[in-house]
Amino acid sequence: MKLHYEVPGDDLSLAGRASTEVKRALGRLGIDPVEIKRVAVAMYEAEINMVIHAGGGTAEADISPERVTVVLADHGPGIADLDLAMQEGYSTAPESVREMGFGAGMGLPNIKRNADDLHIDTALGLGTTVTIVIKLKTG
Amino acid sequence: MDGATFHSVTLDPAKCTGCTTCIRYCPTEAIRVRKGRASIMDDRCIDCGECIRVCPHSAKKALSDPLAALERFPLRVAIPAPTLYGQFDEKFTVDRILGGLLALGFSDVVEVAWAAELVAQATADWMAAAEGEGPWISSACPAVVKLLQVRFPSLLDKLVPVLSPMEAAARIVKERLYPGRSDVGVFFISPCAAKVTVSRYPQGARVSAVDGVIGIKDVYLALRNVLPSVEEKPLGHAGARGIAWAHIDGESDAVGDPRGISVSGIADVIGVFEALENGKLRNVAFIEALACPAGCVGGPLTVENPYIARARIRARERRIALLEQRPSPVSAEGLELLWEEGVSARPALRLDPDMLKAMIMMEEMEQVLSSLPGLDCGSCGAPSCRAFAEDVARGQALITDCIFKLRENVRKLAEQLIDMERMQPPGLDRE
Repeated sequence: MKLHYEVPGDDLSLAGRASTEVKRALGRLGIDPVEIKRVAVAMYEAEINMVIHAGGGTAEADISPERVTVVLADHGPGIADLDLAMQEGYSTAPESVREMGFGAGMGLPNIKRNADDLHIDTALGLGTTVTIVIKLKTG
Repeated sequence: MDGATFHSVTLDPAKCTGCTTCIRYCPTEAIRVRKGRASIMDDRCIDCGECIRVCPHSAKKALSDPLAALERFPLRVAIPAPTLYGQFDEKFTVDRILGGLLALGFSDVVEVAWAAELVAQATADWMAAAEGEGPWISSACPAVVKLLQVRFPSLLDKLVPVLSPMEAAARIVKERLYPGRSDVGVFFISPCAAKVTVSRYPQGARVSAVDGVIGIKDVYLALRNVLPSVEEKPLGHAGARGIAWAHIDGESDAVGDPRGISVSGIADVIGVFEALENGKLRNVAFIEALACPAGCVGGPLTVENPYIARARIRARERRIALLEQRPSPVSAEGLELLWEEGVSARPALRLDPDMLKAMIMMEEMEQVLSSLPGLDCGSCGAPSCRAFAEDVARGQALITDCIFKLRENVRKLAEQLIDMERMQPPGLDRE
């Protein structure tokens, strides 16, 4: 089944709503709490990234007994150097965002650590699509 | 009922008007209004007492013991929560308040605030030796532990496995002060509804040493009336560090790790746990989370306003800090304060044990939700349109329980009636 969310790009205080909703949905489905946490951490990071860097976008969670696939798509500036962005501590977030405790350069590495599969499709000036797969042992 | 479904919060059906105020405030969406009365879903209730606090008709109450319960025991020991001290003006000293409890019929008194100091030390020791990653979550608030069991099962392994100050105090009474005696009854004087539940179905222990829980509000008047005439004796042993557990920050300060977060009020507690589950909290070692506003002083069984009570407790802390702490009434050396067993998840929010069935139900839920007005009006008896959609998917409500859906159906029916009225039997239709 698929769950679809719009992620507004103008309010950082609202960022994380989609991942919270997905988390609650997975709880209703009886998914293992450890796996829910992996989805939550990975999706939350990606959602925050989308708000900070790309002005929001859409989030979709496709849930099957075997896996949870989260696709976050935006029409933001794209990622110039993906290898660099994957390094811990590297960040292009502005100071105003860092002051709120975000933008520590841990986002993408953290997603990778929690995902079984991570695919990033990015084009400068066009946008980024992040696909996160978390396999479920419950299924 | 068992440990997973027993809860101390109950409804007085004679007082409930079915007004739907409580359903909106329940953090686990455990209340529905059915047939003009609120009803609590046993497996979801975490005993936080929010509904007791918000009910405009005082129809919600906790199943605590009356003062008359003392009669069951020849020797009865009061273990008052430090919050009790905040209910009275500072002109009444802690010694006087404890003396007042003796005047009400208790044979002895041991302060939970004093036991809290031991618990703080045990917590600090356990965290210093703990393997694995924090932040560790205090298990002192029973409603918070239940909240984790129902809503945040992935965080259960972060709980500090140390007994609560109430349980520690009760064990000191039974194992150290009066060992081997069966005629001793230990009564917690409680600000908290959830403590009633954990005195019967303890968290982290197989059997609780507490025999009864009496609400502060149920002893308040009697105590208030005897206080002026009580003769002061040196009964208080707790220092400022222990007394401060009555309010938010008290426990963190007593545990002493500067990398702590203190949070009170169930909505903000949930916010912190969401952040923790999302991996957002870094460089935090300890989380003191208390379900009630401002901490235990905000408990549903208290009398005084939480913030007035906190100010009084703080004033007492300042005064007590200047005095030399009295020696302990009994040695607690070697007392086991660690949990005997863990707590497990309560899948009360799961739609169905079979995941495929749960998915089908969730698809229905999403479909129903998209057809609802989204006003969260509460007329259906559920706290929100989303919760109502879930009830429909679970087969616990009918779509026409939504007053808007019902109206839609009535309109369709009316249109059909008008259409039918226009039809003529073929034999009469002359046109």
